[in-house]
Amino acid sequence: MAYRSGPSGFLLTTYDSAVNWTRTRSMWSATFGLACCAIEMMATGAAHNDLARFGMEVFRASPRQADLMVVAGRVSQKMAPVLRQVYDQMSEPKWVISMGACASTGGMFNNYALVQGVDEVVPVDIYVPGCPPGPQSLMHGILTLQDKIMAGEITR
Amino acid sequence: MSDTPNIVTGDLEAPTTEAPAAAGAAASDGADARREMHDMWVAGTEEPAWLRSYTDEGAQEMLEADKDPALELHRGTVVDDDFIFDDVADDDELQILNMGPQHPSTHGVLRLHLELDGETIRRVKPIIGYLHTGMEKTGETLTYMQGSTNVTRMDYLSPMHMELAFSLAVESLLGIEIPERGQAIRVLLTELNRVSSHLVWAATQGTDLGAVSMLIYGLRDREYILQFFEKTTGLRMNHNFIRPGGVAADLPDGWEEDIDEIIAKVKQGVSEYEELFNGNPIFRDRTMGVGVITPEECNALGVTGPIARASGIKWDLRKAFPYSGIEKYDFDVPTGRHGDVWDRYLVRMEEIQQSLGIVKQVLETMPAGDYRTTDRKVTPPPRKRIDESMEALIHHFKLFTSGFKVPAGETYQAVESPRGELGMYIVSDGREKPWRMHARTPSFNHVQALPAMMTDSLVADIVATIASADPVLGDVDR
Amino acid sequence: MTDTVFTSLADAFPAVGFEQVLDPPQDVARVPAEFYLEFVAAAKTSGFNVFSDLCGVDYLRRDPRFEVVLNLVSHVHMRRLRIRVEVPASNLELASITSVFPGANFYERETFDLFGIVFTGHPDLTRILLPDEWDGHPLRKDYSVGSVPVRFKESPKAK
Repeated sequence: MAYRSGPSGFLLTTYDSAVNWTRTRSMWSATFGLACCAIEMMATGAAHNDLARFGMEVFRASPRQADLMVVAGRVSQKMAPVLRQVYDQMSEPKWVISMGACASTGGMFNNYALVQGVDEVVPVDIYVPGCPPGPQSLMHGILTLQDKIMAGEITR
Repeated sequence: MSDTPNIVTGDLEAPTTEAPAAAGAAASDGADARREMHDMWVAGTEEPAWLRSYTDEGAQEMLEADKDPALELHRGTVVDDDFIFDDVADDDELQILNMGPQHPSTHGVLRLHLELDGETIRRVKPIIGYLHTGMEKTGETLTYMQGSTNVTRMDYLSPMHMELAFSLAVESLLGIEIPERGQAIRVLLTELNRVSSHLVWAATQGTDLGAVSMLIYGLRDREYILQFFEKTTGLRMNHNFIRPGGVAADLPDGWEEDIDEIIAKVKQGVSEYEELFNGNPIFRDRTMGVGVITPEECNALGVTGPIARASGIKWDLRKAFPYSGIEKYDFDVPTGRHGDVWDRYLVRMEEIQQSLGIVKQVLETMPAGDYRTTDRKVTPPPRKRIDESMEALIHHFKLFTSGFKVPAGETYQAVESPRGELGMYIVSDGREKPWRMHARTPSFNHVQALPAMMTDSLVADIVATIASADPVLGDVDR
Repeated sequence: MTDTVFTSLADAFPAVGFEQVLDPPQDVARVPAEFYLEFVAAAKTSGFNVFSDLCGVDYLRRDPRFEVVLNLVSHVHMRRLRIRVEVPASNLELASITSVFPGANFYERETFDLFGIVFTGHPDLTRILLPDEWDGHPLRKDYSVGSVPVRFKESPKAK
């Protein structure tokens, strides 16, 4: 299940970069919009801040067809097993962006009802802070993820 | 006329309490209304009165629908057709389908447990709690000044209304008056919020029914309003701007031009969308006669807002129990007749227009003065006074660290949010933090009313019904 | 109570205390638990037929520790009625009003979930907001808010 970069010959490193490039240029997100951040995620995909220019306007509802999960919103204790199940259903390679303060750390709701940080449930690649993060912040997070993938930093 | 709506709760293994309606048996008011419409149209004996909605003041005809006979036969949810079985299936023949919490069309993390008999829904049980954030408990640990940051995230599509309900409740316990400019700013922001919330509803309603470009149109027009909010309050959503005592800051320079632009652009956009939808036969077929709820069911279930008004209940809290000076402005309240998805669509589109009218009136008549009360025990002093006066510094410090004390008592204050009656019940024990803070949120009732709208209808209509109920799961689960 | 709207209710239920609050205009009725269901049915027939809200309150150090607050609206009279019923901690039960107002279904489940008040006669009294296997009733005053201490990782010192 781990993605390993091949032996560092000339032909294969070029192949790796090409594969990375294709992976970043058409990432399909699984819709995991939970709360207020979901509305900002929708706004990021809408007209003024257009995610389609990054190849990402497609939000697949089925996790089987998605490779990016943007956890947008607060994850309650009841929702955590559902989150894990959806994450497990995604096929490799897959990435997780934790969008917003509530998903990253529990946000302003440090109480019994929320999972304090979605990284207690799924491994997270990028944390986007904000409450809610504006579309520019989310896009910066997505582009940072794309840079990380292109640089080959993310191996799991 | 029985008041019990068509809800089945309880142990899902137990038999249904009443037999689902076949095309002739009388089961509940909802089925009666649908059958009445269906009979009217199929029999063709009487021309349906297609006056779909009318306003209270100054009879205003909304729409004269065309009387195309080919369209009439396919309306109504009780479809009398060859391949739909009239027999009632036993319980073990019902197929259970789970529309899980992660679903593109459930408007959030709503889970619907459906029991199907072929394509007909026999039982629906909404399962909620997937977004429960413990906000009422958190509210007890925050001061009243911090309280609006908490409540604003409950109904995240109309945060201004949540803050307003909270502020009004706290102000009624404090017994303070807000200056006129503060009230006018509140009206301006809440009516703009109503427009932006209805635009999100229009976007999701269109997308769920297949008109995917509506998502882009609705969110595009909403962006103009959000940019104004960002200029005024600092944030696009969850503003924490309407606080007990008034609003947090005055309107920015040049706000009149911004509002003029917003009104012009949104009006133009909305008239385009109405043109796209009103004559579209697919949209009409998918929404007329679908998801019907009767006025008696609405009252028994506590359904308010556009859904109740589309069923014919003439009730709007802005007219019945006016707040924040809204009685000064002249506006109509649209109501519908048949309580289906089409009527709710018409009611909400007209509400957008009416809200833009209120915004224009606020723009023209904005009074000068303070934007918040001058009672220094409640609102912080202006920033530059802190450098000059020791007392101002102390007030500022005490207000932001420990907060102001509110006299003991309890109160309930409600506002008309885009979804319905949004109320805040606060019990105070005389200290700086609420003893109990309970939000009466409209989407909680509407999700509870989904079975009344969906039972005995078809699976294909679920999405249209949920979209027209416009639930916000942050409101439901808190 | 000089208000004619409530005269019939006040006459039928002498044990109920009515208060009127002027701003915002609302009326509060304190109803003993034994007459609760009848009072609600009588209020419905006397015009308060719109169900609005039902919640619980935990007054920790008062003798009937809990209270259930019900909000009804009357379109006909243009009034709100708030009904407060005291529920002692020793007998955490109250009649369910789902037979009168089906809209109270989810609200009573929520009050049971968060406070532990059992509504007798409710068709499906299970947890609604919290997972089914949750232990305890979070909105009670002796249940802590459950905050987790925030730890800041040591940031690498600048060289």
